[in-house]
Amino acid sequence: MSVDPQRDPVKGQNGQNVGQGGGKNGYRVIGSRPLRPDGTDKVTGRARFGADIRLPDTLYGKILRSPHAHARIRAIDTSRAQALPGVKAVVTAADLPSVESKIQDLGEGAINLRYLSDNLLAHSKVLYHGHPIAAVAATSPHIAEEALALIQVEYELLPPVLDARSAMAEDAPILHEDLRTDEMGVRGDRPTNVASHLRHQRGDLEAGFAAADVIVEREFFTSPVHQGYIEPQAATALYNADGQITIWTTTQGPFSVREQVAQVLQIPIGRIRVIPTEIGGGFGGKINVYLEPVAVLLSRKAGHHPVKMVMNRDEVLKATGPTSGSYIRVKMGANKEGKITAAQVFMAYEAGAYPGSPVGAGAGVILAPYRLENLQIDGYDVVVNKPRAAAYRAPGGTNAAFASETVIDELCEKLGMDPLEFRLINGAKEGDRRADGPVYARIGYLETVKAIQAHPHYTAPLEGKHRGRGVASGFWFNWGGRSSATASLNADGSVSLVEGSPDIGGTRASIAMQLAESLGIPYEQVKPQVTDTDSVAYNDVTGGSRTTFATGLAAYELGQKLKAEMLRRLADLWETEPEAIHYEDGVFSHGEERLGFQEAAAKIHETGEPVMVSTTVYPKGVGPGFATHVVDVEVDPETGKVTILRYTAAQDVGKAIHPSYVEGQIHGGVAQGIGWGLNEEYVYDQEGHLLNASFLDYRIPTALDLPMIDTVLVEAPNPGHPYGVRGVGEVPIVPPAAALANAIYRAVGVRMNVLPMSPARILEAIWAKEAQAKEPV
Amino acid sequence: MPTVWIPPLLRELTGGQERVTVPGRTVGEVIQALEERFPGIQERLCQGNRLRPGITVTVDGVLGAKGLREAVSPESEVHFVPAIGGG
Amino acid sequence: MPSKVMVSTHLNGQEVTFLCEPRQTLLEVLREELGLTGSKEGCGNGNCGACNVLLDGVLVNSCLVLAVETEGRTVTTIEGLTPPDQLLPIQQKFLEHAALQCGVCTPGFIVSAQALLEQNPQPTEGEVRRWLAGNLCRCTGYDKIVRAVLDTAQTLAGNSAQDSDQEVGG
Repeated sequence: MSVDPQRDPVKGQNGQNVGQGGGKNGYRVIGSRPLRPDGTDKVTGRARFGADIRLPDTLYGKILRSPHAHARIRAIDTSRAQALPGVKAVVTAADLPSVESKIQDLGEGAINLRYLSDNLLAHSKVLYHGHPIAAVAATSPHIAEEALALIQVEYELLPPVLDARSAMAEDAPILHEDLRTDEMGVRGDRPTNVASHLRHQRGDLEAGFAAADVIVEREFFTSPVHQGYIEPQAATALYNADGQITIWTTTQGPFSVREQVAQVLQIPIGRIRVIPTEIGGGFGGKINVYLEPVAVLLSRKAGHHPVKMVMNRDEVLKATGPTSGSYIRVKMGANKEGKITAAQVFMAYEAGAYPGSPVGAGAGVILAPYRLENLQIDGYDVVVNKPRAAAYRAPGGTNAAFASETVIDELCEKLGMDPLEFRLINGAKEGDRRADGPVYARIGYLETVKAIQAHPHYTAPLEGKHRGRGVASGFWFNWGGRSSATASLNADGSVSLVEGSPDIGGTRASIAMQLAESLGIPYEQVKPQVTDTDSVAYNDVTGGSRTTFATGLAAYELGQKLKAEMLRRLADLWETEPEAIHYEDGVFSHGEERLGFQEAAAKIHETGEPVMVSTTVYPKGVGPGFATHVVDVEVDPETGKVTILRYTAAQDVGKAIHPSYVEGQIHGGVAQGIGWGLNEEYVYDQEGHLLNASFLDYRIPTALDLPMIDTVLVEAPNPGHPYGVRGVGEVPIVPPAAALANAIYRAVGVRMNVLPMSPARILEAIWAKEAQAKEPV
Repeated sequence: MPTVWIPPLLRELTGGQERVTVPGRTVGEVIQALEERFPGIQERLCQGNRLRPGITVTVDGVLGAKGLREAVSPESEVHFVPAIGGG
Repeated sequence: MPSKVMVSTHLNGQEVTFLCEPRQTLLEVLREELGLTGSKEGCGNGNCGACNVLLDGVLVNSCLVLAVETEGRTVTTIEGLTPPDQLLPIQQKFLEHAALQCGVCTPGFIVSAQALLEQNPQPTEGEVRRWLAGNLCRCTGYDKIVRAVLDTAQTLAGNSAQDSDQEVGG
């Protein structure tokens, strides 16, 4: 017995009707939980993701990857591969135009073009296990793989360096001979692996520590972790005989792909069209291109056939960007009233093979929830022989919070103070100054602390051996960025909305809801569509927690513009002024005249030009996000396994447009944070080979690892958005590792300072503690 | 006049001063005014006629989209911070 | 070049014959030869469940089955599970509960959950989690997925209780 989605009414999670009129707090639509417009296609397998694109005459591309972590390329011989029947083209870095060492803003942040090009196909050195060297296009993927084995490469092996501290040492192997440390415009004078040094500083550190009654200083070690999206990178490119290039790809940002391809291949963007497919997860990892420019090169060389390239999981883990491993040292002091008096931080983040770790963001996150006057943060961006780091959900933030939030926990223990009380005393609010300088506008951090304090989880008894409860807070900047969209009024009163933000997690719905709310029509009358780079003006990537905020703002403006245009047209019809027409509850009225929205649309259609509006936005009123989490764990002292008993996350979400998807973002971020905290890491041997490039050994959480995750949506509206929206996607991944560490401490008495807190590491920590306890005094 | 917070790595150029008030109606004018008082600071903050890649500017706590052309009011607070990427 | 083999199988309710190389997996043939792209490749080695299909009614990872192994057997994919003119209750519940974000793991979960409910119509939360541990999701943290499965079980139980009431009532 099945349900007809068209006819039967559906209920939201709280039992309320979804869809029309389901809104809360005076809103008609906002706050309700309608079905997403792409939902049916996604539950039936009909939706087309990157690897689902099929064009006639397609060739299949595969990449040859370096077996070594660090080596010079002496020679490449592709002749035997080229001779294999079925092979239509082979490319190496020689097929790429040479690009300057210049920095471009290509999507999210600046990238050095030469590094981007080199990461696509290595020019003279390979810098990590898995670094691409050559690519082949053939009539079947199996023949392409056979051809890879026929390419001969001569390497001169070099010693690899595999962690930040080793890479910073005097005698470390150097990855880039021409790299000098940049300190805000001043370049160092010798070859180095330290790409840059940043500093935040204010007040008087010495005085601050002198005023402290308790001081804690700890160091922390984290490993690279991968975004873990279930869909590998996949792209199909056609370099047409007329010079026009079309790329179908799974990406968070088709416009960024266009820009990167244009810059790397030195082709004007006007000749490139990027069509985003549905995307099977991104989390920041599907912004940099790995395949598209190579597929374009192959397509041209193979005689203008489409070339399809799909990564396998081994390649995804080895050669797309994980986020940075890190070494962080935090020293913090507090007085006996519980006030933080000083904090000093040293953070070295592994950028991977090319500069560009998120150490800057880490430096901004680490003390963000707190008010303090005396601080110094030194951050270092360090290259190592690992894949180039890419953004991963609040990039740099989780590493930082793991360090600071556990040090705070230790301070609280020494002070005998409840960790939430400590956060209420020191918590930042509007008007306080962030560690990196700017003053906060309206924020909701303290509200998240109070929400956890008031939550039944926090006061529920936790009985049983080896059980503990921990809390931690987190922050993320969020982002505005550029969005563009158009809306057309159809004769039946439906509105076709065209936007350029790939839908990773339900944004078609949240954007359509904002247009519906703005225009005063039911959600079901808006038809949202995600389009390609030729069909709408520039859109920044779906990422950085910007989409519901910025593209939603565009949708709001479209609603206002449509309404204004309809009023103008009806005024014309009714021979009056637009201001004299009343519009309420979907009805236009003036004197005796009344038209419902749909009737008005029909009338307007009959009596003149079609109605279509467009808007572009680049909003400044971004609201940062805060969260406080609490977790109960049980640790098995025989195996070191951590079981999560209960998890509650409170987050300031500004305004929850579609609460189910806001909850979903929190669930997902928490789950990733838990994986990062307990299981996930890149395991390397001494030669720099990645040993666990599969989902078996790179262990992400399963349904069996997690309980239900309770969420508290605190709404401190962002004054910079008409509906109060704040970005929500990234904050939730920041606190979990620290919250778990604090819970584990209370469960078995060991303070973990390495991620992941895997069973083996917890056991070692327990045994070390027991051994210490047994030592004679 | 707007107040500019000097990034810690540049305070060697301002004799250690953390905060400086200089005239200017845009970020670009403010930087030029800084250069007049503290020679050498402009090329630390800028590359050609743009902000140095990796640096972004906030005016009154809000990220400026216009870089050097961002407007600044007499009571404004200007900070130069690392450019942050999201994921 | 390896020679191709002709395989006849009962696929999604129809007799289907295809040519394939012995080394091709069922997943590859479904997607590349037969145009059934609903089953996804997430890992290629049986760790993520995105390629789940039913083989003779048993839940399998089609990336671990060679296409030639399906000779004379019955295969059901997400396309075959979906009724022609409406959604399954489990599909509808996934939508209502927002149990998907990017949606790439969803076909695998639907096939897997449907198989669970056919075998165990009233699973506990623990049984649901254990059964679904072979399906990886990176977006949702599984919370809403588990709720959707439990809600489906409850709804189906309620409906069949109604049906049997009616039968008895007369």
